[in-house]
Amino acid sequence: MNVKAVFLTTIFGFLLWLGLTLQVDPYNMAIGGVVALLLGGIFGAKSSWRDLKLTPRSILAVAIWVVVLMIEIVRSTIDVMLRVIAPRVRINPAIVEVKTRLKTKTGRLALASSITLTPGTLTADIQDDRLYIHWIDAQSTDVDAATREIVRKFEKHLEVIFG
Amino acid sequence: MEMTGAILLLLASIVFLVSALGLVRMPDVYNRIQTSTKATTLGTILAMAAVAFLHPDWTPKLALVVLFILLTNPISSHVVARAAYFKRVKLSDRTVEDQLKDKLEG
Repeated sequence: MNVKAVFLTTIFGFLLWLGLTLQVDPYNMAIGGVVALLLGGIFGAKSSWRDLKLTPRSILAVAIWVVVLMIEIVRSTIDVMLRVIAPRVRINPAIVEVKTRLKTKTGRLALASSITLTPGTLTADIQDDRLYIHWIDAQSTDVDAATREIVRKFEKHLEVIFG
Repeated sequence: MEMTGAILLLLASIVFLVSALGLVRMPDVYNRIQTSTKATTLGTILAMAAVAFLHPDWTPKLALVVLFILLTNPISSHVVARAAYFKRVKLSDRTVEDQLKDKLEG
């Protein structure tokens, strides 16, 4: 359990180092590797990485989730841009309650961030399994309908990743 | 190569322009966050993609910039909105429903 978190933190730190320095000579990689391993060993075990599942299926789900997120960002940015430049600003805002099936803290954080990253929906508060979303064009104020509309598309992938 | 970069840069600036316009046109702080801080996510990604086309050897660093934007942008938007809400900044008159208020009072 903890080995996985240490491993992932180390790998992440190492890739970060390589991306920032952009040198692949052995000396530079050795420094980065040692520091990443040190930081991973000290901070890794308690980091959010421990909520992540490491199975072929969850790695595939990460890829799908990133693609879904990108498509949603582009789609809803265009939608919000059209609302802004309309002659009379087209908004119908409401704060709606939605619920999530995700159990882990990191999973809920990822869900809330995904929702906030797509323009048009903004997470205003989280209380246990309830999220309060400021929705620029509320199509429904019913909990279940709003959950279907906002949460499901991200949740079904995050469920595989975090459980 | 250079042409693609230029077109992406143009698209990015259009997104930024409309976001700035949203800051003026939206009625309350929550809707402003919706348009201004978050439409810039796509703007930044497009701008970074444009630079990646113009300077291909910078691509790893630009990918890191995008990663940091994606990680920090939603947190800051959420914290600003939450702080505004609990400081009782008023929602616009056009707001249909506020279920968080019902929850806090009920």
